[in-house]
Amino acid sequence: MTTVAVLVEQRDGAVARPTLETLTLARSLGTPVAVWIGAEPGAEALAHLGAHGATEVRHLDAGDAGRLPKVRAAALGAAASDADVVLVTSTFLNKEVATLLALETGAGVVVDAAGAEIVDGRVETTQTVFAATWNVRTRINAERAIVGLRPNTTQAAALDEPAAATPKTVIFEAPETPETLVSVEPVPQAEGVPLAEAPVVVSGGRGTNGDYALVRELADVLGGAVGASRDATDEGWISHEHMVGQTGTTVTPALYVACGISGAVHHRGGMQASGTIVAVNIDPDAPIFEIADLGVVGDLNDVLPQAIAALKEARGA
Amino acid sequence: MRILVTVKFTPDLQSQRSFTDGSVTRTADDGSMNELDENAVEAALQLVEAAGEGEVYALTVGGPDAVAAVRKALQLGAHHAIHVTDEEVAGADVFGTAKVLAAAIRKVHDETPLDLVITGMAALDGLTSMLPTALAADLGWAQLTLASELTVADGTATIVRHMPDAHETVSAALPALVSVTDEANKPRYPNFKLIMAARKAPVAQWSLADIGVDGASVGAIAARTTVVEAAPRPPREDRRVVTDTGEGGKVLADFLIERGLA
Ligand SMILES: Cc1cc2nc3c(=O)[nH]c(=O)nc-3n(C[C@H](O)[C@H](O)[C@H](O)COP(=O)(O)OP(=O)(O)OC[C@H]3O[C@@H](n4cnc5c(N)ncnc54)[C@H](O)[C@@H]3O)c2cc1C
Ligand SMILES: Nc1ncnc2c1ncn2[C@@H]1O[C@H](COP(=O)(O)O)[C@@H](O)[C@H]1O
Repeated sequence: MTTVAVLVEQRDGAVARPTLETLTLARSLGTPVAVWIGAEPGAEALAHLGAHGATEVRHLDAGDAGRLPKVRAAALGAAASDADVVLVTSTFLNKEVATLLALETGAGVVVDAAGAEIVDGRVETTQTVFAATWNVRTRINAERAIVGLRPNTTQAAALDEPAAATPKTVIFEAPETPETLVSVEPVPQAEGVPLAEAPVVVSGGRGTNGDYALVRELADVLGGAVGASRDATDEGWISHEHMVGQTGTTVTPALYVACGISGAVHHRGGMQASGTIVAVNIDPDAPIFEIADLGVVGDLNDVLPQAIAALKEARGA
Repeated sequence: MRILVTVKFTPDLQSQRSFTDGSVTRTADDGSMNELDENAVEAALQLVEAAGEGEVYALTVGGPDAVAAVRKALQLGAHHAIHVTDEEVAGADVFGTAKVLAAAIRKVHDETPLDLVITGMAALDGLTSMLPTALAADLGWAQLTLASELTVADGTATIVRHMPDAHETVSAALPALVSVTDEANKPRYPNFKLIMAARKAPVAQWSLADIGVDGASVGAIAARTTVVEAAPRPPREDRRVVTDTGEGGKVLADFLIERGLA
């Protein structure tokens, strides 16, 4: 029997959506147990995790120090000591946690995976590399496997007959670390779905000239999040948290709409694996058109208002 | 201030790349130093310049063509270059690479102690961002990763780390390993004088034997992961580009509705 530990991502005490996707995938690999690091989970969170397949929710708290990769890795290791497979959401922090846990346990690691399955007793993963231009399949040779999954790559599904997850408290003493967490300054969170998890992303680049009203409105109409190119965040038009790309957030929504974005390789690397790609750009030679399912050559100040009106009208009808 | 920067040779992002037997196939003229490692070199140069004394070492592990990565670092102003190359490194995973880098760093550190090792935040070819953590662990040094800001004072390095929910300030005593993001600074351009000097500058070539690493413990045999299949992603089918002549927005809306996306 394969035990699959899933590290829970939280938002304001609730379970974040990528974790439900990860639990769904975990069910196809073995018996999922959830690991919850932080203040004790509430009844709603337990129910949510149980409904998506967690048989147990193992809880441990390390306070603010739990933000340090070494403390977090030690906590995950303590809670998942019996797990053959550990699944985490592929965030920058979790990639470090996965690396540290692998060093501790001898596990093999793949991050940024789009899927995982067991083949001949070993975990194999799929992912895209080289700015999402290649698909690769990787076999984890080690007996234990740690996989970082990208959000939006598995469809979350609840169990037909949800069972309750049993909460368990794990005794944990945070290790001493050579790193000291001096201060933590929370950043205000954008309203709505976080960029990495949004099913739809509408992004604006230099072509918006700093005015995000149309981009935001289209995002609202489509129920999506607002993204941006680095030129736009560098200009200070929109905060850094909105940046899509290789050094920003990697997104794989069902729909990505690029408005006034040229499609530099750094930007493409963070969105090229999206389901459907639509681009609006005034320059017919913009590289973004090479990867767009639909390209509209035109001024976004003309195209977007018309599209927004047509979508609203269709919805009203 | 003595700082060692790890720089990786990566294929040109614009060029065609391919896999052979699970490894990236590269040709000598279609790659250079990983772009994000320019930020690491810049961070090191700025610290040495601010201190008014010190040296910057550039270190790479890779095949014969990887020497281009350390040459680029020399062009930017690094003082010394080291290229670890050995057939037995081929197929190494992140843990193997970290082991080799750590052994080479120890060799430098044992002769004259280093204050810092600075790495890029990620190699744009694979973008795993795992190496800095693995390297710090192998060295047994503090890891100050994903630094958007870096300051060094009184034997302590302090970084600001932008996480999605908060900006963290983290510090550690030297020596420490720091990985920097592209927000940390704006890399300089090499000047003509440095480009000419870099051409003739010596690059130390070390084999695994030179740094006391057993090939079997780091190469393909030791790798915990193996790429078993690789293929270019198929091009998107039915791509369409229309020019807006007054109906572009409607075309866009209809397309989304047709695909069930709106
Ligand atoms: C190490 C490194 C990492 C990087 N990482 C990232 C990253 O993660 N993400 C990222 O985005 N970038 C990144 N960049 C920057 C990247 O290379 C590009 O510079 C950036 O993506 C360009 O942004 P842009 O498309 O908004 O601007 P531009 O390239 O200037 O494109 C603007 C586009 O808008 C179009 N346009 C202008 N006016 C209109 C209009 N009225 N209507 C419609 N279209 C219009 C133009 O035709 C043009 O194509 C990185 C760069 C480096 C060196
Ligand atoms: N073979 C290598 N030689 C030198 N430095 C490397 C090598 N591989 C990775 N690095 C360093 O580690 C950083 C992160 O790489 P990665 O973890 O592979 O995304 C890079 O920016 C480099 O500074």
